[in-house]
Amino acid sequence: MQTFDLEARGLRDLNSTLQAQKDATNQTAWEIVNARGSHAIAVGLDAPIEVTVKGSTGYYCGGMNKQATIHIDGSAGPGVAENMMSGTVIVEGDASQYAGATGHGGLLVIKGNASSRCGISMKGLDIVVHGNIGHMSAFMAQSGNLVVCGDAGDALGDSLYEARLFVRGAVKSLGADCEEKEMRPEHLEILRDLLERAGCDAKPEEFRRYGSARKLYNFDVDNAAAY
Amino acid sequence: MCGIVGLFLKDKSLEPELGRLLTDMLVTMTDRGPDSAGIAIYGAENGSQTKLTVQSDDADADFATLADDLGRAIDAPVTLRRKDTHAVLDLPADQASQARQALRELRPGVRVMSLGETMEIYKEVGLPKDVAARFDVARMQGSHGIGHTRMATESAVTTMGAHPFSTGSDQCLVHNGSLSNHNSWRRKLAREGVHVETMNDTEVGAAYLTWKMQTGSTLGEALESSLDDLDGFFTFVVGTKDGFGVVRDPIACKPAVMAETDQYVAFGSEYRALVNLPGIDAARVWEPEPATVYFWNH
Repeated sequence: MQTFDLEARGLRDLNSTLQAQKDATNQTAWEIVNARGSHAIAVGLDAPIEVTVKGSTGYYCGGMNKQATIHIDGSAGPGVAENMMSGTVIVEGDASQYAGATGHGGLLVIKGNASSRCGISMKGLDIVVHGNIGHMSAFMAQSGNLVVCGDAGDALGDSLYEARLFVRGAVKSLGADCEEKEMRPEHLEILRDLLERAGCDAKPEEFRRYGSARKLYNFDVDNAAAY
Repeated sequence: MCGIVGLFLKDKSLEPELGRLLTDMLVTMTDRGPDSAGIAIYGAENGSQTKLTVQSDDADADFATLADDLGRAIDAPVTLRRKDTHAVLDLPADQASQARQALRELRPGVRVMSLGETMEIYKEVGLPKDVAARFDVARMQGSHGIGHTRMATESAVTTMGAHPFSTGSDQCLVHNGSLSNHNSWRRKLAREGVHVETMNDTEVGAAYLTWKMQTGSTLGEALESSLDDLDGFFTFVVGTKDGFGVVRDPIACKPAVMAETDQYVAFGSEYRALVNLPGIDAARVWEPEPATVYFWNH
């Protein structure tokens, strides 16, 4: 286990050290202490290493992650795991707005609640939130899965493309062109796998599925009010 | 961007530390807004006296004999405590409006920052660490305080464009965001006889709240109605003589983190601002919900 004191050594040193780890590195486990809400912790990693951040983080922790497993032992500020490509980011506490924004792949697990715009414009990432999510979540989400074990706020899935949304609790309102869809066996399988990987004991049968009604894909003057 | 910090103490034993804690929080937020900084601090009451906090760009000349001149004009004892470009005038509360009138005539260049039994507002152009040092904020004591560091978007970088804005006696407002309908509200308020001094959007927000409260709303009701009447982005933090409130617009783009322990309620634009507070590791930390008014009272 390598321990890195962020306060003593600084952010640039941290990220360049972690980014320098390659596939064959034997320094596979890292612990970052004195995070103190700093921004851009452990961004742009590209190696199968395990990084644990002790304490809460500021903006963009784990952004652009590839391969690495990043564990935040606290809450995360805005834009956690934004544009993640692969790997795993786990937040023990809550996540602020636009968690997992634009993510292409990998798994983001939030054990507390996520606030507004969770999964905005996600492009293949999987997100599992153990608690609730805020308004405008999955706005323009293109692909991937968003699983919410609690409730969803206003305008869920507004202008949605092909991402799948699974919500166990109440949905305050659906956004334009988002509708409830039939839960088929293949969806239950996807859910079972994601819940298991996210350490969540909810049952797939307890969820409802939401997706795009596909009415806003092309301009239609009759839909002008919804654009 | 802009950065906001606020600290509302429940535990009186922390009161001597208020200025030091707030200064540390505000300096941490410097990179959210390096243009200007300000602080509203709620100190001790002084019997039937009220505090008129004023500012001058020519403080040596304006403040030299101000206490005597103003005392003669209102026929009451006035004392003056100078802090850099600001001064706090202590005078009888029932003479406050005469004093403001007399001040306009005696010293046209002096601007009123705040009026109140306990609140003092200090604000200037510059980095938070420099502004805090000029006014020696770290040594100030009190029950609660609000600080702001500004990245100007809607009006010029001037002392009067800095936050906090006073919204009435012992009331202040700081703002992160930008109001898009402030010009129409400036015209509406002018028709109601409410004067707004600068082209700043936040001052219109402050004047709006003052007007609402003058026409019968409580601060909580005024904040609720601001959600309908003010358009744009805002996280507001407000202070009153014995209270502290937070409200965010329904879109809630502007960040906000709160922490509460048995000793205090704290606000920061980011968690970074809170990390040096005592007992923060065991505090309840959460993000205030959009379009929800939060309020604490002593």
